[in-house]
Amino acid sequence: MRRIKELVIEKALLTSALITVAITAGIILVLSFEAFAFFREVSIVDFFTDTEWTPLFSNKHYGILPLLSGTLLTSFIAVAFAVPVGLSISIYISEYAPRSFRTSIKPALELLAAVPTVVYGFFALTVVTPFLQSFIPGLSGFNALSAGLVMGIMIIPFVSSLSEDALHAVPDSLREASFGMGSTKLQNAFRVMVPAASSGIVVSVILAISRAIGETMIVAIAAGQQPRLTLDPTVPVETITAYIVQVSLGDVQHGSLEYRTIFAAGITLFVFTFLLNTVSYRIRKKFQEKYE
Amino acid sequence: MVKEKKENIIDSNLQRKHKLRTKGVKVWYDDFMAIKGIDMNIKANKVTAFIGPSGCGKSTFLRLFNRMNDYVDGFRLEGEVTIDGENIYKKKVNVEQLRKQVGMVFQKPNPFPKSIFENVAYGLKIQGLKDKKFLQEKVERSLKRVALWDEVKDDLNKSALALSGGQQQRLCIARALAVEPSIILMDEPTSALDPLSTSKIEELIYELKKDYTIVIVTHNMQQASRVSDYTAFFYLGELIEYDKTKKLFTNPEKKQTENYITGRFG
Ligand SMILES: Nc1ncnc2c1ncn2[C@@H]1O[C@H](COP(=O)(O)OP(=O)(O)OP(=O)(O)O)[C@@H](O)[C@H]1O
Ligand SMILES: [Mg+2]
Repeated sequence: MRRIKELVIEKALLTSALITVAITAGIILVLSFEAFAFFREVSIVDFFTDTEWTPLFSNKHYGILPLLSGTLLTSFIAVAFAVPVGLSISIYISEYAPRSFRTSIKPALELLAAVPTVVYGFFALTVVTPFLQSFIPGLSGFNALSAGLVMGIMIIPFVSSLSEDALHAVPDSLREASFGMGSTKLQNAFRVMVPAASSGIVVSVILAISRAIGETMIVAIAAGQQPRLTLDPTVPVETITAYIVQVSLGDVQHGSLEYRTIFAAGITLFVFTFLLNTVSYRIRKKFQEKYE
Repeated sequence: MVKEKKENIIDSNLQRKHKLRTKGVKVWYDDFMAIKGIDMNIKANKVTAFIGPSGCGKSTFLRLFNRMNDYVDGFRLEGEVTIDGENIYKKKVNVEQLRKQVGMVFQKPNPFPKSIFENVAYGLKIQGLKDKKFLQEKVERSLKRVALWDEVKDDLNKSALALSGGQQQRLCIARALAVEPSIILMDEPTSALDPLSTSKIEELIYELKKDYTIVIVTHNMQQASRVSDYTAFFYLGELIEYDKTKKLFTNPEKKQTENYITGRFG
């Protein structure tokens, strides 16, 4: 009887695992299928070299570069803001703050990631942009800067929480060695703890990058919807994700070339985040071997 | 006895001989009293062994001398701990500076996850010393001192974690020596090692006492009798007996000591 129960549970678990795999495979299949159809009409060389993205206008161009630059620009701003801040927080929590502080501050920080992104989007548009405009006169109402900064706020907990976990996982024997050698707290943190936790920290940064690249609402609301090949953070840009929402919400015809552009953009995004996740998975595996 | 009296006459002479001293030292962890009032003088350039059953306070007492207990929540100290006559728990004492003078080797080898070279050079680098040649000389000398040089000289850039346990422990000793401390504290330095590595470390301790004052905690009676000049027996937070090693092991004054060294209680 017991044997049968175990067998049933085992099969049930296997089934749910298989369903997950099947769904993932299905998504990739649909993406590839539609993207393939797209690339039968648009040359892949044009796709990666044309500097304009105007599939919805009469003068059509299908260059992904403007969307890619928008994505990378906003993500870069977000990560450049979130990594130093998040890392400082994690070092403070694990190496300076009293133990009791850790248990209360971590959940509080993680709340940042739980705020609906649409709220962040409007925060960027209606608070951060006007605030920044008082310093930067030329700043457009929609711009990569505010969207990127607010996205940075959103991903701080990804960096701080995971980095803190990595720092916390460094064996106390290393702290003893380091303090025993006469390190100050600062030297201990930056010369011993951070290098010892480096793989975990890198993983946290990669996950934050991948979260920033995939973020949609904030950039769709605050960065504008103008595909533009630029590195200027003060003008409106459009990210891949923002474009996908824009087209999905619009009234393009199902099965048309315009419709397929979102799959071509989508698969580009997918390849990016997939690569990042693979790298972080590799690093994490190496990291586990080190301490086990 | 007579000799003791003579030493008391000239204070500076006494300080030179008694590197480490404690006066009325009591330690608490929150409400728990781990050290119950210990007066002790530890001689310079000798090896002093701390023995006693588990939980009797050997590590706690040892770690007073480089203030490693400072990080423990609830730690509280009463009494005086002096090194070369200086109270090391005075307010203005620079703890980092103190720890450069008092090196420590731990139970489990704990090299940094860095190269062999970086491990040994660490203490010098955090003092701001950067000169390549100087560092190289220091690293070489320290590794030679622990008889590890010949084994690692061709791959100083290899990760220290790739060394064997015994090699790692010798590396940790080299790391401590590189900053030229005058005192080395060792807390069961061989308890995680195989017999061969253990005997290498023991030889090393014997070598080092010419230049350093060494205090070693050990659970191994043979080890205590092999390497130390003086032995202190602790029990339940008190110093029961403290004497020349030979005397303590062959003719202890106290019944408790005798019972412990003959293995009649744990
Ligand atoms: N961080 C701490 N917090 C509370 N109590 C502690 C702490 N460290 C040690 N103690 C207690 O103080 C007493 C002495 O501990 P200590 O580690 O000094 O013993 P020890 O003689 O070194 O033992 P062992 O031979 O097992 O290493 C023990 O009863 C222990 O439980
Ligand atoms: Mg101990």
